[in-house]
Amino acid sequence: MTDLIELKGVNKYYGDYHALRDINLSIRAGEFFSLLGPSGCGKTTLLRTIAGFEDVSEGTLTIAGKSMKGVPANQRPTNMVFQSYAIFPHLSVGENVGFGLRRDPRSKDEKAKLIGEALEMVGLAGLGARAAHALSGGQRQRVALARALILKPKVLLLDEPLSALDKKMREQMQVELIKLQREVGITFILVTHDQEEALVMSDRIAVMFEGRIGQLGDPESLYRRPATRQVAGFIGMMNFLKGKAGAHVNRELTSDEAHSAPGLLDQLKRNLGVAEPAPKAIRQFESGVEVEVAGLGKAVIPADQIATGLHGKDCLVGIRPETLSIVFDGENPGGRVIDGVVDEVVYYGDMTYYQVRVAGVDEPMTISMKNLIGREVLEVGAKTRVAWDPRALVCLAP
Amino acid sequence: MNTLRIYAIGYLIFLYAPIVLLPIFAFNDGQIIAFPLQGFSTRWFAELMTITALHDAVLNSLFIAVLSAVFATILGLCAARAGTRHKWPFKKGMLGFIMVPLVLPEIIVAVSLLIVFVQILDIGLSNWSIIAAHTLICTPFCIAILNGAFANLDPSMEEAAMDLGESRWGAFVKVTLPLVSPGIVSSLLISFTISLDEFIIAFFLSGANPTMPVYIWGMLRFPGQLPAVMALGTILVTVSVILLVTAEYFRRRGLARAGLKDTGGFL
Repeated sequence: MTDLIELKGVNKYYGDYHALRDINLSIRAGEFFSLLGPSGCGKTTLLRTIAGFEDVSEGTLTIAGKSMKGVPANQRPTNMVFQSYAIFPHLSVGENVGFGLRRDPRSKDEKAKLIGEALEMVGLAGLGARAAHALSGGQRQRVALARALILKPKVLLLDEPLSALDKKMREQMQVELIKLQREVGITFILVTHDQEEALVMSDRIAVMFEGRIGQLGDPESLYRRPATRQVAGFIGMMNFLKGKAGAHVNRELTSDEAHSAPGLLDQLKRNLGVAEPAPKAIRQFESGVEVEVAGLGKAVIPADQIATGLHGKDCLVGIRPETLSIVFDGENPGGRVIDGVVDEVVYYGDMTYYQVRVAGVDEPMTISMKNLIGREVLEVGAKTRVAWDPRALVCLAP
Repeated sequence: MNTLRIYAIGYLIFLYAPIVLLPIFAFNDGQIIAFPLQGFSTRWFAELMTITALHDAVLNSLFIAVLSAVFATILGLCAARAGTRHKWPFKKGMLGFIMVPLVLPEIIVAVSLLIVFVQILDIGLSNWSIIAAHTLICTPFCIAILNGAFANLDPSMEEAAMDLGESRWGAFVKVTLPLVSPGIVSSLLISFTISLDEFIIAFFLSGANPTMPVYIWGMLRFPGQLPAVMALGTILVTVSVILLVTAEYFRRRGLARAGLKDTGGFL
């Protein structure tokens, strides 16, 4: 994919306020890109800069190889869906969708056809004659989409387009937007403060804090390997434990560590010849940085999950709630196990979130468990065992 | 509850009873403004038709009122748009100064403008001096009305129009103006009404041609013309009521059109 939008050293000042700091960013043609961050982090400013509603104070912005310096919004190959949708209330739905075609030389019939197609694309076929102010929130959003897409822009900019919708509607629109983006193949840039929305919808995400891009990556690497504590805390839930990074290691695992011991029944079957013989032990290695983690003990964290420059220093070890698990009776823990006491139970229906106190850890650790058949919901104060895996840990600067 | 109701009714009588006297005496067939009434007549209205100097005064007033309303509304549009969209140093102070004529005694405006026109600029007095002064006193009203219209307007509207290919001016004309048009209509009507019956400034600044209120004031010196003044007053009240009701109608229609809630408004 080629780079469609390129920002180099972009800074933006409002008087004394430094809204965008040294933004360097390339957005590829055809990708679904998200700007994610808390309110006031500059994500909307960045989007409005690309749209042409804000000037760049320093640095350059190019779209499709052309510098956008001094190019007003109405001459840029971008179209925007506003947070408020900005549907013109004095016009009909069809007139709204066709607004951008006013200066188009094509005939009235051709334009009407285009408007009809655009409305059909967003699932509003036949509503062209309706008054715009009589629409529901979800319909307004669709009109705004059709109005922006009818001009076939190179880039569609979406400023928190789903924040005004209720949860069900929002989830439905997320899926529809992804489908639509694949269909039209236009580059989408979405601004959102909802990390889940960004993870669900995007090919790549830039997480912004205080005018800077904190981390840029695909959803999985952002989630699995957050680069800073800020990113780790903003995207999903994360338990933070104190740690101290040690040396680089590369050692062979003993067979006990590599495989959990086979059950009695399996052994019996093997001895009787009804089951396959035990596989020949494959030599397994673990490689990474050895970190002393409070409450968990020594763990070897994969090298790409540890921030650089932490050797021999205090660090912060992050672990996601779903990578920890409560060991229920009769279940075979996959990795290492520690003891804990249930401090708090939050029942979500499909999931139960436990806060478990573990010796040596200041804050109780959050653990999320699927409520599978036969799994009881533990009570506060219950003694339990918690299984964890060093591969799930990330090590960050404190 | 009951005392409150009596108070409210008494208050309304105090406000409007004197105005009700106007049509009563305008249709009274007697030259003296006093009870008992002497029978129904339309002769005072007929007499109005014969006073050509009054016709000139009315035309003068209409000319001044229309132009003042247009100028004040254009200035009000600019100020209201700037005030609701942009930030600049000393914005509050500047907007405050624009609103001052609202509370400034008109006689002060009249005297100082008289000095400016006659002594400093030395351009003499004409309808245009009154238009300038009326524009000055009407503008704050226009700003108050149009501020409401612009504050109700989503700032993304203009940006959306520009995003869809319109120029700055095109976006203003095609999206903003239609959406604030109800505000513009009520602004025009209210400033027209204010200018039409303004007396003090017009009295100080009118040249050879008096405006209607100034002419009526002159008529009062001749008791014989008093019933005709009553007839004229009746016509004015009727026209004013029609204009204000129209203004309010447009304001409400504008709110309904934009799908907004009525939050009081100017009237």
